[in-house]
Amino acid sequence: MRFMILVKANADSEAGVMPSRDALDRMTAYNQELMEAGVLLAGEGLHPSSKGVRVRFSGDTRTVTDGPFAETKELLAGFWILQTRSLDEAIEWVKRAPFDGGAEIEIRRVFEAEDFGDELSPETRAAEERMRAELEERAR
Amino acid sequence: MSAWPGGAAGRDARRAIDAVWRIESPRLIAGLARMTRDVGLAEDLAQDALVAALERWPESGVPDNPGAWLMATAWRRAIDQFRRRATLRRHERALLRELEDRQEASAPDPVAAADDIGDDLLRLVFTACHPVLAPEARVALTLRMLGGLTTAEIARAFLATEATVAQRIVRAKRTLAAAAVPFEVPTGPELSERLASVLEVIYLMFNEGYAATAGEDWTRPELCEDAMRLGRVLAALAPHEPEAHGLAALMELQASRLRARVGPGGEAVPLLDQDRSRWDGFLMARGLAALRRAEGLGRGLGPYGLQAAIAACHARARRPEDTDWAGITALYDALAQVSPSPVIALNRAVAVTMAFGPQAGLEALDALAREPALRGYHLLPAARGDALARLGRAAEARAEFARAADMARNARERDVLRARAAG
Repeated sequence: MRFMILVKANADSEAGVMPSRDALDRMTAYNQELMEAGVLLAGEGLHPSSKGVRVRFSGDTRTVTDGPFAETKELLAGFWILQTRSLDEAIEWVKRAPFDGGAEIEIRRVFEAEDFGDELSPETRAAEERMRAELEERAR
Repeated sequence: MSAWPGGAAGRDARRAIDAVWRIESPRLIAGLARMTRDVGLAEDLAQDALVAALERWPESGVPDNPGAWLMATAWRRAIDQFRRRATLRRHERALLRELEDRQEASAPDPVAAADDIGDDLLRLVFTACHPVLAPEARVALTLRMLGGLTTAEIARAFLATEATVAQRIVRAKRTLAAAAVPFEVPTGPELSERLASVLEVIYLMFNEGYAATAGEDWTRPELCEDAMRLGRVLAALAPHEPEAHGLAALMELQASRLRARVGPGGEAVPLLDQDRSRWDGFLMARGLAALRRAEGLGRGLGPYGLQAAIAACHARARRPEDTDWAGITALYDALAQVSPSPVIALNRAVAVTMAFGPQAGLEALDALAREPALRGYHLLPAARGDALARLGRAAEARAEFARAADMARNARERDVLRARAAG
């Protein structure tokens, strides 16, 4: 099973304050632990929303709004994708993450292609998977 | 709110303990093995700690640092055990002193300890996969000590009884002790040979899940996932070994096709007939990335890396007819150089059929007809049948498929071959 671990933004991450040396060391050690346990599939940190934009859809109109965005608690600051045997195992891994100060981490199960059932045509599914593979390959 | 701290409401304590165990047990056993220099004893002590956790945690809740709790409990058990013995050998006396000292010390700093834990885990990998053990014993011990699987789970994965697996593990631990296998990572010329043994164990495990050799089921995906997880562990612990990445790449690429290998009726679907839209793009991308890491080390590809490169040729082909069969034939040639085997020669002949036509393929296959290792191997007549069918020699093709069906051991595979034999 794959899970996405969503890390919410806070005032510091939104202000672009870099974590302390100590905090970084702990996060590096945690990532190393995930990797050495073979559960880490992907993970990235995000720049503050001040460097991001939003695109709003209404009919044929597309409106682009520059960040930052106000509702800090609903913004994301990073994510991991883990492969574990169960949700319980994902929870236990997240509990080991070096967060503090009321941080809240959300765990969501990742859809794998069969979860869509027959909603996607084989052609769409092929195109989608192929594109994802190519993007991933190019990104590295 | 939760009945016990640290858990969500109503969450079953047993499930949480299982999850903790899966995470903590490899490190626990590795740490204990370094201290006791006895993997078998380390595993016993870890099991004792698990039993204690199962007694305590449903009442008290899972402690904030379950790994430290388990380690402290295992230490106490070790000290008790040694103290109870009337006579201790010299190294056991030294060990007892060390355990007593450790118990006084506070929990180690997680940042500083991370490196040591990695080293211990790698030692554990090499010990569990030591060539002194029979392959099935290595597999069982590795799943138990590094995969955090219970005896029952291992038995289920290998369609064996729990008693058989338990026996196998006990005997394996005894063998390691009797052979005085040191708890260390081999160095020098020994390393590549021992690494090959580790890779073999992980791939054996993967294949048992990927192409079940016996029984009704075509695949056991959970076992594949466990093997892939161990492959990632090895690649993380030994990042400078091209073959560690090569094996990880091979497994991720093969697993990306897992869903497409089984038809709606549970039957096997051959590679070229698979619905490629069912291939898993995420795993494909990860496999291709791992292959690039293996290549990037600049030491050439070993057997697993080359097989991954072949799997990558398939992954890159949008449609079966886009497959670079000439490239695959060349990769099989390279593979035959580094690890010559009749099965590789057979696969090469199949690639030749695809790249250079059925006549060339049939010639390559006929050259293998007297190969003793392939006698009774159903894929040889199956490949001949395929080449003959492409040449329009339908009757001969059907006869080959019928021969192949008689040799196949997997029930699902037999069905596919029978169908082709019937025309």
